[in-house]
Amino acid sequence: MGQTDWGRILKWPVTIVTALACLYVVWGIYLSGQPLWALLALALVALAFYIYLTNVAFAYRYLFPGLAGMAVFVVFPILYTMQIGFTNYSSTNLLAFERATAYLLEQTQPGEGQLYTFSVHRDGTEFRLRFVPKGEDEEEDPDKKAQVEAHTYLTPALALIAPTPPEEIKAVRLKDASFQLNEPLPLSDVIKRRDVLSRLRIRLPDGALVVYAGVREFGPLERVFKKTGDDELTLTKTGMVYKANHATGFYENAQGEHLQPGFKVGIGIGNYARMINDPEFRGPFLKIFLWTVTFAALTVLFTLAVGCTLAVVLNWEALRFRTGYRTLLFLPYAVPGFISILVFKGLFNQNLGEINLALNALFGIKPSWFADPFLAKCMILIVNTWLGYPYIMVLCTGLIKAIPGDLYEASAIAGAKPLTNFFRITAPLIIKPLMPLLIASFAFNFNNFVLIALLTNGRPDFLNTRVPAGTTDILVSYTYRIAFQDSGQNFGLAAAISTVIFFLVALLSMANLKLLRVNKPEAR
Amino acid sequence: MAIVVGKSEKWRILAAHAGLIAFIALITFPLLAIISISLRPGNFATGSLIPSDLSFEHWKLALGISYQAADGSLIEPPFPVLRWLWNSIKIAAISAFLIVAISTTAAYAFARLKFRFKTEILNSMMLLQMFPAVLALVAIFAIFETIGEYVPWLGVETHGGVILAYLGGVAMHIWTIRGYFDTIPVEIEECAKVDGATHFQAFRYVLLPMAVPILMVVFVLAFIGGIIEYPVASILLRQEANLTLAVGSKYYLYEQKYLWGDFAAAAVLSGLPITLVFLFAQRWIVSGLTAGGVKG
Repeated sequence: MGQTDWGRILKWPVTIVTALACLYVVWGIYLSGQPLWALLALALVALAFYIYLTNVAFAYRYLFPGLAGMAVFVVFPILYTMQIGFTNYSSTNLLAFERATAYLLEQTQPGEGQLYTFSVHRDGTEFRLRFVPKGEDEEEDPDKKAQVEAHTYLTPALALIAPTPPEEIKAVRLKDASFQLNEPLPLSDVIKRRDVLSRLRIRLPDGALVVYAGVREFGPLERVFKKTGDDELTLTKTGMVYKANHATGFYENAQGEHLQPGFKVGIGIGNYARMINDPEFRGPFLKIFLWTVTFAALTVLFTLAVGCTLAVVLNWEALRFRTGYRTLLFLPYAVPGFISILVFKGLFNQNLGEINLALNALFGIKPSWFADPFLAKCMILIVNTWLGYPYIMVLCTGLIKAIPGDLYEASAIAGAKPLTNFFRITAPLIIKPLMPLLIASFAFNFNNFVLIALLTNGRPDFLNTRVPAGTTDILVSYTYRIAFQDSGQNFGLAAAISTVIFFLVALLSMANLKLLRVNKPEAR
Repeated sequence: MAIVVGKSEKWRILAAHAGLIAFIALITFPLLAIISISLRPGNFATGSLIPSDLSFEHWKLALGISYQAADGSLIEPPFPVLRWLWNSIKIAAISAFLIVAISTTAAYAFARLKFRFKTEILNSMMLLQMFPAVLALVAIFAIFETIGEYVPWLGVETHGGVILAYLGGVAMHIWTIRGYFDTIPVEIEECAKVDGATHFQAFRYVLLPMAVPILMVVFVLAFIGGIIEYPVASILLRQEANLTLAVGSKYYLYEQKYLWGDFAAAAVLSGLPITLVFLFAQRWIVSGLTAGGVKG
């Protein structure tokens, strides 16, 4: 009972500490300018406390961790993906409007003010930089010379070794510095330290900020853009006006040229319209869609044919060593998928692969499995059948075992042959419970990303497409390529395609659920 | 079963044996070939299935030992395979443990408790389990980037983040465990409650000990699922030392740098334990599979 007492004493302190910790994190998220995320986190935390502290939702105490995990990592990503599908989110339009504007406003360039020639002087093991107004360092006139000297500045001692972060360094007037000028470093030594020098930002006593502007000089820095209105930036140098275009997600000038980076905006059904209207995109998209369906359907068909045949043969009681056969036949399923796929990738290699060596020795042919689209597709189907038949075999074995033996006895009395047995008794009896599993298998292969990504990565590619697309790409691998690989990281477009796939998968699962429900009364 | 057999039976059995043996030879060829290749010297070696000259150079590299090549140069292991294997095992074991914990409690609620929306939640879980994570990768990446800003050890490029991401995939396991709970008579727990046990005690001390076998199965399934998971790990982990085996292995077979022999040794080394675990647990896993799970 001691345990429970401790539990009672600790309950409230622990609750309060946890609550405060959670609120602190939520507040942190809110402060960083993401109120939506903060609200979501707050809702989740509040729900957790409600569930664990009241007796109203007793059953949900057991459910909460699992459901919360699914909500955050399955449901929310799906909804978020759908939302991204309506935006132009991509590597060029990565930032929100405010952050893109802030980024542009932070950009600096060498300005037009006073340039300074600089020289580097040794100070012990470190260095000091001397700045002299450019073009006036060899003044003869004593008056002017004094004036030039007044505007000659010196930095504190700097190591000039490591790439220091670009924090500002305050320079002082040469006169005020207690430093005896010595022989400046030769130009070659200065050039060696160019990397470090170009990172320095030096604040002069008169307030100007100068940066490295060439091997011999430092120049003032100015902002590239000025904010001149709510949605308006002006180029400081030329006065060119750029207006934020909230339809395209870029700052644009009158000529329609736009600034990088753009910002994230909603573009409605733009991505979907592109899927349907843009002929350059539609062509490969349709082909990929067709191949995806063909691939998934043929995989199910082949694995069913091989797996079911094996199950029937292995169910034959007159056959010996059935357990041994079954274990060996199960092997492809037991080996981790990513390893066997990569093994096949090596074995199918055109010149070095064992498969082509065998084919060459037997028939004198060396098919190019990875370069020819048709052969690549054949290879994918072979590999996937190898990977998938044990699953169907196991399923069929279980279902065949459940068939009452007297049916076969009766058919034997009638003099039926094995084939008749299969098509008249076995097949009709197993197809119904098998159907939902086959649909699940179809849906799984429809999205069999790992196989394509590791085996061919979609290659060989279609020629002449703007968005790289492969002849062996299925929809998911194509989406992955658009989002994370070669074609400019177009997250918005990828998310739109994902959304389409979501709905296709949802249709399949719905059909599946319906079939399961139809089957249930019979199974019980 | 007493079925009258004809004379052709003997021949048919022989044919079946021959067919099965031929088929098994075809099916196991890739697996035997990869073992053979791992023992051949050089990365481009060809030869018969039983290597004529044995060489353990690939195995040394796979185990992280550098060796002296014939021309005297020291050959360093190309990739930290053991490190990757350790990463994989760590991520898979922790996530499998947490998945078992989470899905057991949820399955208990579904099997024993009455609450609103029960059927709705169950059905939507069934639907959700069919959505592959690869479709929502952009969103998942964005989520972990955001999480990482506040909790660095759960962000992108951390194993904590990957484990957290795997916790979302519990739907199938909840189904499996719930099916098992349904087979245990409710009366046993009710007796415990009559004796004064709370709900949680009845669950913890009565039901759980009886459900250990199915929990082991779910653990193994979740563990293997974690080892072979590729898409999520491939976007959350990028640095070489951080990778899991599933993500790292493909770097062996790049066009420009084709380390076929080294890959073979690494594949056998890492694939064998997982294969054995799977074969060992096969009997229990099969019963879970028929419940509708699909392995990649």
